[in-house]
Amino acid sequence: MAKYAFFLGCVAPLRYPGIEKSTRVVFDKLGVELVDLTDASCCPAPGVIKAFSKTTWLAAAARNLALAEKMGLPIMTICNGCYGSLFEAAHELNNNAEELAKVNEILAKVGVKYNGTTQVYHFAEVLYKEVGIEAIKASFTKPLEYRIGVFYGCHFLKPTDIKGIDDAEDPHILEDLVEATGCKAMPRKQKTLCCGSGGGLKAAFGNVTKEFTQTNLENIKASDAQFIVDVCPFCHLQFDTAQKELGFEIPVLHLAQLYGIAMGMTEEELGLALHKVPVKL
Amino acid sequence: MEFKNNPEFEQQLAVLGGADAKLCFQCGTCTAGCPSGRRTSYRVRKLVRMAQLDMKEEIVNSEELWMCSTCYTCMERCPRRVPIVDIIIALRNIAVSEGHIKDKHKGTAKNLYTLGHTVPINDEVKANRAKLGLPEVPPTVLANEKAMAELKAILDAAGFDGIVKE
Repeated sequence: MAKYAFFLGCVAPLRYPGIEKSTRVVFDKLGVELVDLTDASCCPAPGVIKAFSKTTWLAAAARNLALAEKMGLPIMTICNGCYGSLFEAAHELNNNAEELAKVNEILAKVGVKYNGTTQVYHFAEVLYKEVGIEAIKASFTKPLEYRIGVFYGCHFLKPTDIKGIDDAEDPHILEDLVEATGCKAMPRKQKTLCCGSGGGLKAAFGNVTKEFTQTNLENIKASDAQFIVDVCPFCHLQFDTAQKELGFEIPVLHLAQLYGIAMGMTEEELGLALHKVPVKL
Repeated sequence: MEFKNNPEFEQQLAVLGGADAKLCFQCGTCTAGCPSGRRTSYRVRKLVRMAQLDMKEEIVNSEELWMCSTCYTCMERCPRRVPIVDIIIALRNIAVSEGHIKDKHKGTAKNLYTLGHTVPINDEVKANRAKLGLPEVPPTVLANEKAMAELKAILDAAGFDGIVKE
């Protein structure tokens, strides 16, 4: 049975706990064991903390990687930001002895050591590559027929030269994962456009972030989608909280929540009442 | 305007992973596909050129440096495979080390420093978690003072306290 250290991050457990809950239920039903990565912190956020101090970012990420290394487990994340941060930190430390030694000098102050062996995966990648579409389909009890606007975000696939999950310009992994439920992924313009939240842009220039979101919402609406399905709580937060002001009302689901629906989870278990845009199933 | 070489800046940039700025031949593919550039005055090609020309003061004082959403579209399309986002991150590190940081960004940094997370926890969050059958406090540094102290000591050792406290 596949087993992963479950990395929670910040936005899912503290703003949308329904995403965390759905992930726990869905992976249990799929026979993938998730063990809490106890004592972990923020990944830390790649666009802000890494932009302020790369040394700090790498050291704090290495602490998270070392916790998983001690458990002897690969990490699974449910957020593009956490994935981007931890994957890139692991890529840098696992392949560069000099960088690893420098980080270990910092970690040594608290008696922690990272040996450079932890692997990091995004939950959608685990679903697609480890569980597989056929086993996923077999786990569903409720056929769904929604029209879906899939939202990739940025740090799930890019940079592709180190991640290698799917093509950056015209990926299909999320369409395949969504259509396994019986739903239809609706084609649209600019489907890989950023939500606008990353890189500290939302905090520094919130109106610019809204312009990114507006373009995405216009394209999603024009595609006739009934729901937005994302794979990142930070994109999820942006789409869920910005729509009212922008004059849209397209409910937002994390992929784990969509899978939870297809597995018969109730609206209460999915935490849908916490969404700002009402979700009517 | 006079351009002067600044070996110290070049060294700083290189240590932070931005040495490949010199590979850029200014084709502009990055700016053509940049979603932020379409909506703002951010011109990523220009910033990379400024880095090549050691225009450190202009860069660290520019608002545009903070308009990148790190979407990586530029890097995916760059014909020279210049790690453009890494260069922007390196330039931001240099700017922050000289005190150029926005208040809101400092707030995010403070959250990490005091809570170990970028999003705060409160009674409402705890109640929402409990309703779903999850532990009120997630099993992270939030639930273990010793783990939080360990993280803080690491952040201090990395020099992050300087950014947070200034």
